[in-house]
Amino acid sequence: MKLFSKERPDIPIVNHLKADGTEWTVKEKLWLGLSVSEYKKQFFRNPVNWLMIAIFAVGVPLIVGRYIFGLGWVTHASNDYPWGLFLGFGLFGMVPLSASGFMLGTTVELFGRKDFHAIERLALLNGLLGYFFAVLFLEVDLGMPWRLPYPMFVSLGPAAVLFLVAWHVATYLSVQIAEVLPAFFEWIGWLKGKRIIRKYVLGLTVAGIILSTLHQGALGALFTYAPAKVHPLWLSVNFQWIHFFCSSIFAGLSMVIIASTLIKNFMGWRCDDEFKDNLDYITIGLAKGASYAMITYLIIKIVAVAHDQEWSYLLTGWGSYYMLELGVAVVLPMFMFAIGIRNKWVTLIRFGAFIAAFGIIWNRLNTALICYNWQMYQEIPHWKEVWITITIYSLYFLTYRFIVYRLPIVYGWKGEK
Amino acid sequence: MKKLFSRRNFLKGGLATTAAAAVLKNKETKASGDFEGYPDGMGVLVDLTRCVGCRSCEAACNKEQELPEPAKPFTDFSIFDEMHHGQKRRTDETAYTVVNRYDVPELDHPLFRKFQCNHCQEPACLTSCFVNAYTKTPEGAVIYNSKVCVGCRTCMIACPFYVPTFKYSSAFSPKIMKCVFCYDTRLKEGKAPACVEACPQEALTFGKRVDCIDMGRQRIRETPGKYVDHIYGEHEVGGTAWMYLSSVPFDKVGFDTHVPKEPIINSVKDFLAMVPMVLTIWPGLFVGFHLLATRKEKMMEMEKEKELAKQKATDEKEEQV
Repeated sequence: MKLFSKERPDIPIVNHLKADGTEWTVKEKLWLGLSVSEYKKQFFRNPVNWLMIAIFAVGVPLIVGRYIFGLGWVTHASNDYPWGLFLGFGLFGMVPLSASGFMLGTTVELFGRKDFHAIERLALLNGLLGYFFAVLFLEVDLGMPWRLPYPMFVSLGPAAVLFLVAWHVATYLSVQIAEVLPAFFEWIGWLKGKRIIRKYVLGLTVAGIILSTLHQGALGALFTYAPAKVHPLWLSVNFQWIHFFCSSIFAGLSMVIIASTLIKNFMGWRCDDEFKDNLDYITIGLAKGASYAMITYLIIKIVAVAHDQEWSYLLTGWGSYYMLELGVAVVLPMFMFAIGIRNKWVTLIRFGAFIAAFGIIWNRLNTALICYNWQMYQEIPHWKEVWITITIYSLYFLTYRFIVYRLPIVYGWKGEK
Repeated sequence: MKKLFSRRNFLKGGLATTAAAAVLKNKETKASGDFEGYPDGMGVLVDLTRCVGCRSCEAACNKEQELPEPAKPFTDFSIFDEMHHGQKRRTDETAYTVVNRYDVPELDHPLFRKFQCNHCQEPACLTSCFVNAYTKTPEGAVIYNSKVCVGCRTCMIACPFYVPTFKYSSAFSPKIMKCVFCYDTRLKEGKAPACVEACPQEALTFGKRVDCIDMGRQRIRETPGKYVDHIYGEHEVGGTAWMYLSSVPFDKVGFDTHVPKEPIINSVKDFLAMVPMVLTIWPGLFVGFHLLATRKEKMMEMEKEKELAKQKATDEKEEQV
């Protein structure tokens, strides 16, 4: 797309009107103002797309096979490890990385920090897609995926933590759709819809905080059902929900830093000046927020060890692994953020964000998979399971890119206000 | 207070709060007292010192529950040496109960342990299930309804005994499979489950749970030195319907002695109690933050308006003059 946007003044589309004064149709907007052959050309020139095609070529038949031959065909079908990579990565890993939506919504809409406005929509989109794909991962993992609405309408078990998770994901997903809709309405040119949502934005944002707090926390609380299974260092019955909630704060912020970095570097043609000029300043701001969350997280992690009297575990092999996780996943990026903020080294912050996001996924995999059944044996996911996970993540990436290419996420829609 | 809160939000029509209100309601009944199981619930006392590992119970269960024929016949004792991931045999979708052999160094003979669903008094599978697929019947059985199950497998995470197993091999009708205490075919009519009836050694004794406990205590008291002074399952995870007597410490014959003494749900209650707090405190707190954060802007706007009005007034005065 970079080439086309350089050669043709009317691309990228930021307005309803073409250069000659006629209006873009929605179909033309979908094709980014290119003809079909031009679109194909730009699609196949991108090596990332070839990688995607290779992943899908194997992954899609595997997913189809899963629905024909059962979960046992793609996983190690374990009764000791009922939750594998689909949930360990897709649900427990993706959801904290999607906390960006409510974080930035709160910052801009609630605290009135207009200086973060340029990244708000990207954070909201990141949140929406992360949640949506977590549900998609769940649909692969559920035994009876067609019964997804059961806990809502058919048979209710309201005393279960998973009931909260289900309801909060469902309601928060709708809140997030509503929050991202204004961008869509601008793009299709239906201003009335945008104004309607604008009216409720404060309510939606507050709903977002409530639902996120409970939902991120509930994911942690799910493991309190297994007090004798998860390694004591990764499970603190009293603090688990706070650990998950607090770590989701810097996970979400780090994820927006990553997304914006990638978009700035590989989609520069799509960003407007407001986004590009403010990004370094915003990144430093996000890193500041993340640092506060990280130090809080670190302290409550230590408090949990002290509260549960687990000091002796720290001297074991698992203890070393635990400290390695905290060191690499929290302390290291925290210092990178601190140094980066102090010296205004944005690149260092960006590297730190990559490590922090990796660290969150690592922590969730540790809790759900690696340190689960630590007294029994270690489960190694089946290659098909790994491939399907990568396939769905690729689909997430493609959807993300598809939307950012088109909707006014990292640029402002010109024309009517 | 609680009621007021939930009704108000109900009227507001917030879906999330409605769900939470339902949780709240349930919490109230839960908090009213810990459930100790039904008084007339049945139980089984398993005496490890009597079991000879004949696997009759496995065969009887297989027949009663119409499970598939196993690869090796029930008379094949080589399966006692089988190990999977360094673990002894476990139940799965083809076997609701298994017997394992344990060689204890201080004994000159091996011990055998029968293993199946323990039918907890306050089952973790039941309390963790978000579609209410599990029921604890007044007879003491923990049964499962495959018609509402979504296949999330949280019950398998929650069960401290690793009992519920999932039919991973099926794409169209997978379900959770575990011992149901022969509820439909026997227990409902007051009959002992198939495995108990099949035991030639009387290693399994079926009766009211309270009577099983009495009997266990009596055996411990009457034959000093034969048993360790503990009935496994009397207090473990809040009590189970199936209980065990052993001549050696329980951790030597494959029992998890680290399971909590109280029901699993107790470790989740902290979080459940926090939910209504967040629901009530967060809206006020954050709207307050919003008002504080945007106060300056509002004040500046008001100031501007005042100034404009003043300007207007002086202009008008000047005009009059």
